[in-house]
Order: sequence, then structure tokens, then C-alpha cells
Amino acid sequence: MYAYDELDRTLINERVEEFRDQVKRRLSGELTEDEFKMLRLQNGVYLQLHAYMFRIAIPYGTLSSKQLRRLAHVARRYDRGYGHFTTRQNIQFNWIKLAELPDALADLAEVGIHAMQTSGNNTRNVTSDQWAGVAPGEIEDPRIWSELLRQYTTLHPEFSFLPRKFKFAITASAHDRAAIKIHDIGLRLHRNAQGETGFEVLVGGGLGRTPFIGKTIKPFVHGRDILSYVEAILRVYNQYGRRDNIYKARIKILVHELGIDKFAAEVEDEWLAMRDSALTLDDAVIEEIRSRFSYPSYENLPHMPEELKKAAHDPLFERWRKNSVFTHKIQGYAIVTLSLKPVGGPPGDATAEQMDALADLADKYSFGEIRVGHEQNLALPHVAKRGLPALWKALDKIRLATPNVNLVSDIIACPGLDYCSLANARSIPIAQELTRRFANHDTAELIGRLHINISGCINACGHHHVGHIGILGVEKNGEEFYQITIGGRADENAELGVLIGPAVPYGEVADVVEDIVEAYLALRERPDELFVDTVKRLGVGPFRERVYATR
Amino acid sequence: MTSPLEQKIRITGPSIVTANRTFDGAVIYRTASNGWSTSLSEAAIVRTADEARALLTESVADDVGAVGPYIAPVEIKDGGKIKPGNLREHIRLKGVTIVLLPVPA
Repeated sequence: MYAYDELDRTLINERVEEFRDQVKRRLSGELTEDEFKMLRLQNGVYLQLHAYMFRIAIPYGTLSSKQLRRLAHVARRYDRGYGHFTTRQNIQFNWIKLAELPDALADLAEVGIHAMQTSGNNTRNVTSDQWAGVAPGEIEDPRIWSELLRQYTTLHPEFSFLPRKFKFAITASAHDRAAIKIHDIGLRLHRNAQGETGFEVLVGGGLGRTPFIGKTIKPFVHGRDILSYVEAILRVYNQYGRRDNIYKARIKILVHELGIDKFAAEVEDEWLAMRDSALTLDDAVIEEIRSRFSYPSYENLPHMPEELKKAAHDPLFERWRKNSVFTHKIQGYAIVTLSLKPVGGPPGDATAEQMDALADLADKYSFGEIRVGHEQNLALPHVAKRGLPALWKALDKIRLATPNVNLVSDIIACPGLDYCSLANARSIPIAQELTRRFANHDTAELIGRLHINISGCINACGHHHVGHIGILGVEKNGEEFYQITIGGRADENAELGVLIGPAVPYGEVADVVEDIVEAYLALRERPDELFVDTVKRLGVGPFRERVYATR
Repeated sequence: MTSPLEQKIRITGPSIVTANRTFDGAVIYRTASNGWSTSLSEAAIVRTADEARALLTESVADDVGAVGPYIAPVEIKDGGKIKPGNLREHIRLKGVTIVLLPVPA
């Protein structure tokens, strides 16, 4: 966990009081909606179909049990008893009242949670690998750098009025769990030939109306230079990024139109002029941030404790363990992913009761720490293996032990037309139906790793472009239709999916997905050939044929 | 962003003006008595572009009470009952279409 210092606490508390005053002036009529809108957005407050929606940042996906309990409190006291974890390590509350928002923010501020820059044309919540600090083989904990960037960009005047929103993601592992290639700036921590730690910097990734996979702008930037380098990128973007057309305002469009080489040359010129400036990080600054992260005092535990051997006779436990328990960097410990995708449930939703109970379990089994991943699942990052059987039973009681992590029913979905004012079509009911269709665990295991992503509009909050199967809701003559893409992926080999054919109506989406999956099972060369690899090998043709032959 | 009053108004049938209430975001409908109601049955019905523009103009003027007024289609059923004219408005009126899982005890 990272411990905020006095400066952080003061900043958050002052922000609450500032927003309290702004809300008061809005409600009295002193501020018009036009004047107020940008202010509320800068505090994570949107207006959706039914109510205001409140988006709260969970920087680099790390939560303490105390913070999770406070989120449960907000859900219960100010909302309707549940929250929605998003694809960018945020949580959203869907039914909050503007008049009560300052109180909710004040309650959150007491535990170091805020909503700054979770909306608006500024640098957004810096996201990272939800297994940061515990993943085997990691270069170092990427949250140190995420926190550094968070501190640097928060309320930075030059980054507060960018042409459009701006998102960072950081990973320090070979396997990318942070989807860095679909971010405005993606940072991959690695070591150069001299053993120095630095970053591969990617730029211009993003989804939405015009999707692009990020391009490497510089293969290695030393850690001490990372602030000056990203500032150089942001300066070039601030200077040349379009402000006349919202659809062309993201940095991905600028990178695409200039070309990566020309864009890189502009950044290099800017960087060389400022590289050896106050932005150069000295080791003391990095160490200061590193020192504010606390790590558990792990015990020396056996790789295979007796409790685990005994529990292995229970097939249900074994099913869950094989699916949801992952290798930890410390022997005797495990990372446990908690699926927020129960059969028939809205993806990413958690009730206040679940949050409270999970906070207790985190205290008991995971040194009081919880993680949030972009796949809309949670994780307990430091579980002693001997505690896994008891933890599983406790998780099952609160419906957080669905063994479908990375399987076909582990669906990423935006809120869609049930909540969102931008949506053209519903996402959640499609996801719910698909989880019912693929509820049989043996079938899901047979299918293997398969990610379905659903967005209710072209803004792509459900990351449909990079779903192995992507589903995009569109509106045709007042009816909901869905375009289907296949072959996308969001990891280190990120690719955009390819459209298989004409959009299908709401009622046929689940049938189409079943057809695609059946085609895959018939076409794969061997049981461990993943769906995306079969699509890569064969192209979309055979799948298109299967789906549209009878439609 | 273009003001709703600067946008061309095209209506093809009975319509209403709807918005969200400022203090809590609740869905509200403009009434014939220059106020707002959370009940669609109390909404003022307009049938021409001129009527719609007039209703929208007075709605936009109430910036303190309502956020983002716009014109939305409705259907008038036999007996005069007003129904939302599209799925979006149906969801705004009736709430989410999804089943929320029961809270674990």
C-alpha cells in the first residue's frame, strides 16, 4: 500500500471543500450548468440517463480494506447499495445525488480516496498491472512509477486543459495485464543491456471511434528521464493536437496523421531542450516514493502446505484453485483473482455487502490489500496457500468464487444503454445472457481462454475492439443491433478485431456467439490452440461463413 | 457544444421535453404549467416544431431546476396514456432493464 503524506491529504481535503462550494453555487443558481459542467467533470461527476454518475479513482488498482469498506459505505448511504468496477481501475456509483456528492467525497477523503481527474480533458487515473509487486518475474513494482506520474500530473496546469482526455498505463511484466498498447501513453518497464531500469514508451494507442494500437516511440528511456520525456510528448500534443473536432482530438489521431517518425522527431526536439532540467529525477525522489509503499512481512512457508493437499480431494475447490489462483513471487503465497462475473450478474458490479465482507477477508488472508483489474475483476494479492481452502469457502458464500476467470463468461462490458447517456444499445443484458449460455463449467473449460468484450456505443468503454470476440451495440431505425468482431486482443500482442459481417439484432447476439465458439471448437488444430490463435491462423472467413450461412 | 435551441427541430409525432433534475439527476418532464414532473403522464405534449421550440425554450430557461432539456418522442395510446417513444426513453422512465443479483446475506 502507498501511504499518502500530509501534502496529499491537504490537497484532497481542499478539493472536497472547493467542490462543496461549487455544488452549493450550482444549486443556488449562481453557476449555470454550462459553467458547472467542467467543474463537476473534473471531479468525476457525469450526468447519465437516470441520475448523476460518480466515478472514483483507484490509482494503479490498489485498495486497502479500510478504503473498500468506505466504498461500501458510499454505496449504501448515498447510492443504491452497489458499485460498478470499470475497465480503468475506477469504481462508479450510478444513482448519486448532486446535493449529497460533497458529503460522499468528504467521507472518501478520510481514507485517501478522491475522484480528481476521473473525467475531463486532462490526464486520467494512471493505471497499472493489478498484480504489481507480487507477479513473478516483474522488473520492479510499476506502482512506484505510477504514483510518481500520478503526483506529477495531478492538477498540473499544463495537463488540465488538453485537447482531449489522456490515459497512462504501466506494466513491468513480460505479460501485459494493463493493456498498455491501447493507452495514449503506454510504459513498459524493462532493463537495457547495461542493466539499467527504464521504459519502452508507446504512444497513440486508443479505442473509440478510431482505434489504434500504440506505437513504440522510444525503445528505452531511463527511469530518471521519464517525467521529462512524457512531458515532451504532452507538450507536442498540447501544441498540435486538434481542438476543433472532438472526434479527432486524441493523441492517437495526431500520431497517425503526422506519422510516428515525424511525431517522434518533434518529441525528441522538445525533449532535448528540457531533458536536463528540474524534471530529471534523482534517486532520492524515487526512493522517497518507494519508501511510502509498504509490503507485507511474508512468512517462510512451504510450497505445498498440508491444508492444500487435503483440500485437493474436493473437486469444486480444485476447479476454483486451478482457475482463479495464480503464482506469487513468494513461495507459499498466491494471488487470488475474484470474478465479478457470476452467472446472470452484471459484469463488474459488487454490492456493499460483498465489499464489506471482502474487506474482512482481505484483512484475514491478504494483509488488508485488494486489487482492481481492468478486466473488471478483483484480486487478493498476498494469500498464504494454507489459507486457500478456507478463503474459497468464505468467498463462495459472498458469491465471489465463480471459477470463470479468463473463460468465456468472464465478460468485460460497459454499462450500456441501461445507464449511459452516450450508449446506443444495451451491453449488460447481452453479457448476462452469454453467461447463462456458457454457465456449464466443463464447456467453458473445453473452450479455454476466450475474452468477450461488449460496448454499447462506439466510444468503446467495453474495449470491444480488443476482445477475442468484440460486440458493439449500434442503433438502426430505433432498434438495437450489434456488430461482431473477432481476433482482437489487449495483451503484449495487442491487435484490433476484424468485423465478421453485418450487424445482428439484439435477440440473435448470443446465438451468433455460440456459432462462433462452435466453429472454433471444430476448427482448432489442438485443444490448447486459443481462440485468437485459430482466428489468426484461419482469418475471419470460416467464422463468417458459419454465422451468416443461415442468416 | 451546440445549444439545444440552435439545433434544427424535427418532430414526426407527439413529443415532450425531458431533462434531469439538477439536485439529484432524476428524470423529469416539462408540464403544461411551466413546471416539471417526474411523471410522464403529466408531460406537456407538443405536435409541431413551433410548439416544441416554445416548450424547449421555456425549459432551457430554467437552468437552476433542470439539466440538459431535449425533445423526445412519445406515443399516445388509446385512452390517452403517454408511453415513451423509444427504448432510451423507456429505460429513463422505467429504470434499468437488467436483473440485479440478490444481495448475499
